[in-house]
Amino acid sequence: MSTDLSAPVLSGAVLLRANPLSKLFAAGIVTVAVMLSIDWVSAAVVLSGELLLMPLLGISARRLLLRIWPLVAAAAVGGYGTALLAEKTGRVLLDAGPFLFTEGSVGAGIAVALRGLAVALPGIFLMISTDPTDLADALGQKLRLPHRFVLSALAAMRLAGLLLDQWRTLGLARHARGAGPDGSPLARVRDFLGQSFGLLVQAIRRATRLAVAMEARGFGAGPRTWARESTFSGVDFWVAAAGAALAAAAVTAAVAAGTWNLILS
Amino acid sequence: MTAGSTRPVAATAEGWGWRHAGRPGFAVRGVDLHIEPGERVLLLGASGSGKSTLLSALAGVLGDAEEGEQEGRILLDGEPPAARRGRAGLVLQDPDSQIVLARVGDEVAFGAENLSVPRPEIWRRVRESLDDVGLDVPLDRSTSALSGGQKQRLALAAVLAMRPGLLLLDEPTANLDPQGVIEVRDAVVRTLDRTNATLVVVEHRVAVWADVVDRVVVLGAGGGILADGPPAAVLGDPATRSVLAGAGVWIPGWRPPLAEAPGTRTPGPELLAAGGLSVARTGRAPAVLEGVELSLPEGSVLSIVGANGSGKSTLALTLAGLLRARAGTVTAADTLARGAGADPARWKSAQLVQRIGSVFQDPEHQFLTGTVAQELEFGPRSARIPAAEYGPRIEALAERLRLTHLLHANPFTLSGGEKRRLSVATVLATRPAVLVLDEPTFGQDAGTWAELVGLLRGLVADGRSVVSVTHDDDFTRALGGGILEVRAGSAALTAAA
Repeated sequence: MSTDLSAPVLSGAVLLRANPLSKLFAAGIVTVAVMLSIDWVSAAVVLSGELLLMPLLGISARRLLLRIWPLVAAAAVGGYGTALLAEKTGRVLLDAGPFLFTEGSVGAGIAVALRGLAVALPGIFLMISTDPTDLADALGQKLRLPHRFVLSALAAMRLAGLLLDQWRTLGLARHARGAGPDGSPLARVRDFLGQSFGLLVQAIRRATRLAVAMEARGFGAGPRTWARESTFSGVDFWVAAAGAALAAAAVTAAVAAGTWNLILS
Repeated sequence: MTAGSTRPVAATAEGWGWRHAGRPGFAVRGVDLHIEPGERVLLLGASGSGKSTLLSALAGVLGDAEEGEQEGRILLDGEPPAARRGRAGLVLQDPDSQIVLARVGDEVAFGAENLSVPRPEIWRRVRESLDDVGLDVPLDRSTSALSGGQKQRLALAAVLAMRPGLLLLDEPTANLDPQGVIEVRDAVVRTLDRTNATLVVVEHRVAVWADVVDRVVVLGAGGGILADGPPAAVLGDPATRSVLAGAGVWIPGWRPPLAEAPGTRTPGPELLAAGGLSVARTGRAPAVLEGVELSLPEGSVLSIVGANGSGKSTLALTLAGLLRARAGTVTAADTLARGAGADPARWKSAQLVQRIGSVFQDPEHQFLTGTVAQELEFGPRSARIPAAEYGPRIEALAERLRLTHLLHANPFTLSGGEKRRLSVATVLATRPAVLVLDEPTFGQDAGTWAELVGLLRGLVADGRSVVSVTHDDDFTRALGGGILEVRAGSAALTAAA
């Protein structure tokens, strides 16, 4: 029973039919647009756009939230910290000793929180709607990336998916040996590090064996063919166009509102 | 290309030897062997005689000068294996470490892709290979969702899709339950009958393959070839048989002699009991087994048997205090708990190791340190047993399980049998009254097998209680005691303790 964040939800949703490259392009251009400026307008536009596009993923809001709540929490914490520490400009909203919030600092906090979410979501959407094998096919066939690299990464991803189960087994095995997380916080940290090291050892051994198995199956030398053809269709045009439009809308809105704040300047 | 046509490959070794980089001695040396196209060869030898190394060399995956030094040469149809890519197909022992991709169809296609087979032909081969091995699952089925036997048949199909003229199998059934062993063996035979490919299989359970091969080759422990001929001649020769038996090979019609007789001790007071017990792998996973009732008295034996995936291991982990019961109870009697509380799942690690010892299926999961000596000391030290007390104890254990010469070795570099012996010794070092073992005899040679049985019988006679999850009928019979059969979500005691 391993349910990990990156496992694609395979159903008939529109985004699943798109080629991974068009999704990669859309996610990339939107992310770049949000990254370019620290302001709440561009972040808010992108975030609303992303939420509007959510139905195309074929995942309910509840299930999505279950998967991304750590990100939401991280964004909230980041926003709070910024509001607390940013330059105190504008009207004072709350003054309680060391806790001083002003219009300016709260605005900066909101911008950071929105921006964090807006940056993270395209990547999450890409992972949820993309089968890693399809992505590898597209990278190898359409982008002509070296297949050695692409397929090794794909095999590694599959192994990474198995790590959760291995982590659990290792935890039980350590407890059985007397190395469980008993006692002080320091002992717990030490135990966690020990178990992490154990997992690393297991992962390396497994990867080494897999590399031999792949080599035995003719991997790594000479040209290869692809069993699954990676193709583009009409959906891909719309996915790429939607990404570009959302990025353009965000930049335009921020410039028009006068909040555009290029990180490079 | 006509369906299934494969030109069988001839394999030759001429004065061949291999020394792994960083090791002083040759792993295998002086091998002269010629295998005709279409021959079916069973390769035997003591562990450490270089069977797997020879197989890797035939498959062309032994590596270059950086990874070791080669002597003599290996030829497939008169050429080095590296130049005959795709002509030899290798299936390894561990089903999990040879699956590359996430879906069954893609996995089978992988080898053919690497050989630049055109797309329509790939999918024809995928269907044909899956047919050959009798794996009737949808092409988009997740490879992780298959059973052990299915995974090995998938690995075989994945190799067959490359149309190899030489099939190399390295203990392909060592990790499987009896059902899986037959599945895989029959799939191999069916495939060979159709393709006429040459076969070289390494396996220490000889009975599985003796009837389907036409030649048996035995590698000598000190290099060279010890015996070579038809199965009946090689396995019937008393001198060869005694050498093979001494090397721990499972020869048909022979069982390793056991020193001690099974304990005839009358079981004492109860140590551990389960009532209305339901078990699940994780807190959220569904229960795999419900309504288990059992009692473990002092000096008793219980074997948990049943098909793969029936929840045997989960039950064992729960009895061992490693998983919490989903419902019902696991109760330790006062003689076992000694003040630690009645529920073993709540015991601290240091308490657990002195009361219930668990031996996992994969010994590597339990190794925590860099040397065998530290492994043995680990349990007693975490339980704060004084060195004066545990010192002699682990010395005796190391002696008993022939680990003394390995005390400074890294546990991960040991052979399969040595790892198993070490994993049992580490658990015994803290003297738990209850011992829970998960498939302790999987993939073990006859020597280690006999040692384990002897050791466990001794423990039972001593008043300890031994619970094992096993598919090994010989093992169950040799230990005696109760048998708990797990089937379709429930468990029934089929033989009284």
